[in-house]
Amino acid sequence: MNKILSIVETAPRVVRLEVEAPDVAKHCQPGQFIILRADAEGERVPFTICDYDREKGTITLLVQVVGDTTAEIAALKAGDYIHDLVGPLGNPTELEQYENVVLVGGGIGCAVIYPQAKKRMKEGKPCDIIIGAKTSQLLFAKEDFKKFAKNLYITTDDGSEGLKGFVTTQLELLIQSGEKIDCVFVVGPMIMMKNVCDVTAKYDIPTVVSMNSLMLDGTGMCGCCRITVGGETKYACVDGPEFDGHKVDFKEAMQRVDFYKKRGNDCRMMRY
Amino acid sequence: MAKANMKGRNAPRVQDAKERIRNFDEVSHGFDDATMVEEANRCLNCKNAPCMGGCPVGIHIPEFISCLKEGDKEGASEVIARSTKLPAICGRVCPQERQCEKYCVRNRAGGAVAIGQLERCVGDYNLTKENVKSAPDPSAPAVAIVGSGPAGLTCAADCLSAGLRVTIFEAFHKAGGVLTYGIPEFRLPKAIVDKEISKLLDMGCEIKLNSVVGRSETIDELKRDYDAIFISSGAGLPQFLHIEGENLNGVMSANEFLTRVNLMKAYKKDSATPIYCGQNVVVVGAGNVAMDAARTAKRLGGDVTIVYRRSRDEIPARAEEVEHAEEEGVKFMLLTNPVSIGGDETGMVNRMTCIKMELGEPDASGRRRPIPVEGSEFDIATDHVIVALGTSPNPLIKKAFPMLSFNPRGTIVADENMFTGVEGIWAGGDVVTGSATVISAMGAGRKAAAQIIKYIGEKKK
Ligand SMILES: Cc1cc2nc3c(=O)[nH]c(=O)nc-3n(C[C@H](O)[C@H](O)[C@H](O)COP(=O)(O)OP(=O)(O)OC[C@H]3O[C@@H](n4cnc5c(N)ncnc54)[C@H](O)[C@@H]3O)c2cc1C
Ligand SMILES: Cc1cc2nc3c(=O)[nH]c(=O)nc-3n(C[C@H](O)[C@H](O)[C@H](O)COP(=O)(O)OP(=O)(O)OC[C@H]3O[C@@H](n4cnc5c(N)ncnc54)[C@H](O)[C@@H]3O)c2cc1C
Ligand code: SF4
Ligand code: SF4
Ligand code: FES
Repeated sequence: MNKILSIVETAPRVVRLEVEAPDVAKHCQPGQFIILRADAEGERVPFTICDYDREKGTITLLVQVVGDTTAEIAALKAGDYIHDLVGPLGNPTELEQYENVVLVGGGIGCAVIYPQAKKRMKEGKPCDIIIGAKTSQLLFAKEDFKKFAKNLYITTDDGSEGLKGFVTTQLELLIQSGEKIDCVFVVGPMIMMKNVCDVTAKYDIPTVVSMNSLMLDGTGMCGCCRITVGGETKYACVDGPEFDGHKVDFKEAMQRVDFYKKRGNDCRMMRY
Repeated sequence: MAKANMKGRNAPRVQDAKERIRNFDEVSHGFDDATMVEEANRCLNCKNAPCMGGCPVGIHIPEFISCLKEGDKEGASEVIARSTKLPAICGRVCPQERQCEKYCVRNRAGGAVAIGQLERCVGDYNLTKENVKSAPDPSAPAVAIVGSGPAGLTCAADCLSAGLRVTIFEAFHKAGGVLTYGIPEFRLPKAIVDKEISKLLDMGCEIKLNSVVGRSETIDELKRDYDAIFISSGAGLPQFLHIEGENLNGVMSANEFLTRVNLMKAYKKDSATPIYCGQNVVVVGAGNVAMDAARTAKRLGGDVTIVYRRSRDEIPARAEEVEHAEEEGVKFMLLTNPVSIGGDETGMVNRMTCIKMELGEPDASGRRRPIPVEGSEFDIATDHVIVALGTSPNPLIKKAFPMLSFNPRGTIVADENMFTGVEGIWAGGDVVTGSATVISAMGAGRKAAAQIIKYIGEKKK
C-alpha cells in the first residue's frame, strides 16, 4: 500500500500526485517508471517517475485520465492509498554525452522530460525546452519548466499561448536559427515523436524518444511491449523505454499500442 | 490382495470435456479414498523400488504407498515430507510418465501405479491441516531469496525450519512464480499455491512483493543486509520465432496470454485487465506451456490448433495434458513449422505460412531432427498466434549480479550443490537449468538450503 500525500488537478483531466514509495525514491533516476495497481483487482499500469524526494521517500506522478485506471486514480484523495506499485523500472535517461540538448515535451510526455530538465539545471547546464499542448490550459508545469530551462518555448495547437502550431514548428525554427543542438530528447504521443524524428532526421540531429508501449509485467517476461528498433525486436520495459528515435518503427509501434483500444471490452471474457 | 494386484491402473475422476471447456475449475478431481486404497494396493512394494530412481527428489515411494494401503494418510505424509514440501503440487504437475512411473514394474502388468495421483491424495490431505505458527529469533542470521517460485519457496521453508530468518523478494504483486502466473487454475488451483505460501508466512517468512532485485533492491544492499543469498528467479524471458510478421497485433507470447489470464484473472467478466482471444487460434510449440495456452484459449472460446515441428512421439508436454487437450478439441498439426506471419493493413494478424517437416537423423538431444520438405508451404487462416517455444532467464539478473558466471543461454553457472562460486551466493531452479520442472526446482531449493544452513553455521563459529 502506498499512501498518497497530495493530489492536485493541474489541468483538466490531469492530476499530479505525490506518493509514498521509499524503496523507489531511494533508487530511481530520471527516465525510469513504475507500474501500479490502483486497487486489489486492478490492472498493472505504467507511469513515469516525474519527480522524487529521496529524503521524504516519495515520488511524484503525473496522470492523464484516459481510461478506467487513470480515472480511478484521479478520483483518489490525499490520505488514500494506491494498492501497490513496483519500480523503478526501465533504464535511466542517458544524455550525458551530449552538451547541447533540446528537450521537447508534448502533453503528458512532459512528465518524462521534467526530471531531466531539473537534473540538467542542477548540474548547471540547463537545456532549451519546448513544451506543447492542445491549448494553454493543458500545458503542464509551465512555471517549473521556466525555472529549469535555458529558454522555454511554448506551442499550442489553438494559439491560446505561445506559438500557434506544433512543437515541430518551434523546433525547426530553433534549428534554422543556427542554435547548436547535439541531441533532441522528445517525449509525447507517438505521432508527435515520429514527426519530431522526421524533422531532426533532415538535419542529422541525434534524437532520443521514450516509448510508451503497452506493458504488463515491466520486467521483460511477456514481450507485450516489444517494438522494432533498427530492424531488431526490443522490449520497451527493459531495453528502453528510451531509444534512438531515427531507428524506431513508429508505424508498428502505433498499431501495437492501439491493440486493446480498438477491441474495448469485447476482448474481456463475456461468458463467465 | 493378490486379486487386487491383477487390476489395471485406476483413472482419476475428471470433469467432462464438454463441461470443462466452459469453466476454469480444476479438470481432475483425483481419487476418492476407496480408489486411493485400491490403487495403493497395486503397488508390489518392490525391494529395489525402481520407481524411486525416477523421482528427482527420491521420495520413498513404496513406503508412503504402504501407508495408503491402510488408508493412513498421516503416515504417508510423514514419509513424503522427508523429500518434498509440495506434494499437492507435484502430484498434479510432475511429468510422472517420464519420472517415477516410467520405472514402475507394473508398467508390464496393467499399467504403472498412479504414483502422482496417490501423492496428490496425501498433498490434499495436508492442505486441510492448520498451519503451524512459529517465528525465527529476530537476531538469527538472515537469508535473502530472489524469486518466489517452487525453488525459492522450498529453500525458504527449509531455512525457516532451521531457525534462520528469510526474506523472499518477488517482482510480481503475487508470490508463487510460474505456479501463480503460468500454470492455469484448471490444472493447479491457486488456492493450493496460496496455502503453501501461507504456511511460510506463518513460519515467520517475510515476502517482499513488487520488489525487483537489480532495480528496487541492489545487490550491494542484499549483501549488506543478509548472510546468504539464494537466486531462484526462474527463466521468464520468452523466445519468439524470429520470423517475419512476429510483431503484428494478435501475435503474442504464451507468457503474456497466460499472465493476463492467471495472474490478472482476465478471464473474469469484470476484470480490469484486457485479454484478447481470437476465433482461430494457432499455438506454436507442444510443451506444457503450449498445452496450457491452447486449453486456456479453448476456454475463452477459440478454435485452437497446435502447430509443432516434430511428430507426436516427441511432444515434450506431460502425457495427461496432451490427452486432456485432445479431449477438449484442441487440434494438432504435427510436422509443421511456421515460416512467416501475415497481416492486414491495420497491422492485425490474418494468416500464418507454414512448411511441412519430415524427421531425419537424431540430433544432439537424441530426438530425430525435423527437416523442411521443400515446396510444401501452405497458409493457415488465423487471427491469433500464441508463441510457446520455451523461455530463458531474464537478462536483468545478469545485470544485477555481474559477479556471477553465466552460460551462453543466460543461465547461472552453479555446481551440484547450487553454489555459484561466489561466497554467500547460491542459485537454483530454472535460472540454472533453463526451463525444467517444478520438482527439479524444488529439489534445487532444498539442496541450496542445506548448504546455506551449513555455511551460516560455520560462519557463526
Ligand atoms: C513507460 C510508460 C510511462 C508512462 N508514463 C505515463 C505518465 O507519466 N502519465 C500518464 O498519464 N500516462 C503514462 N503512460 C501511459 C499510461 O500507462 C496509460 O495512459 C494507462 O495505461 C491508461 O490506463 P487506463 O486504465 O486509464 O486506460 P485504458 O482503459 O487501459 O486505456 C485507455 C486508452 O489509453 C490507451 N493506452 C493504454 N495503455 C497505454 C500506454 N501504455 N501508452 C499509451 N496509451 C495507452 C489505450 O489504448 C486506450 O486508448 C505511460 C506508459 C508507459 C508505457
Ligand atoms: C505455463 C507453464 C506450465 C508449466 N507446466 C509444468 C508442469 O506441468 N510440470 C512441471 O513440472 N513444470 C511445469 N512448468 C515448469 C515449471 O513451472 C518451472 O520449471 C518451475 O516453476 C521453475 O521454478 P523456479 O522456482 O526456478 O522459478 P519460477 O517458478 O519461474 O519463479 C521465479 C520467480 O522469480 C521472480 N523473479 C524473476 N526475476 C526477479 C528479480 N529480479 N527480482 C525478484 N523476483 C524475480 C519471478 O517473478 C518469478 O515469480 C511449467 C512452466 C510454465 C511457464
Ligand atoms: S515428486 Fe514427482 S517424480 Fe517424485 S514421486 Fe512425486 S510425482 Fe513422482
Ligand atoms: S516400482 Fe511400482 S510397484 Fe514397485 S514399489 Fe515402485 S510403485 Fe510400487
Ligand atoms: S512489459 Fe512485459 S516484457 Fe515488457
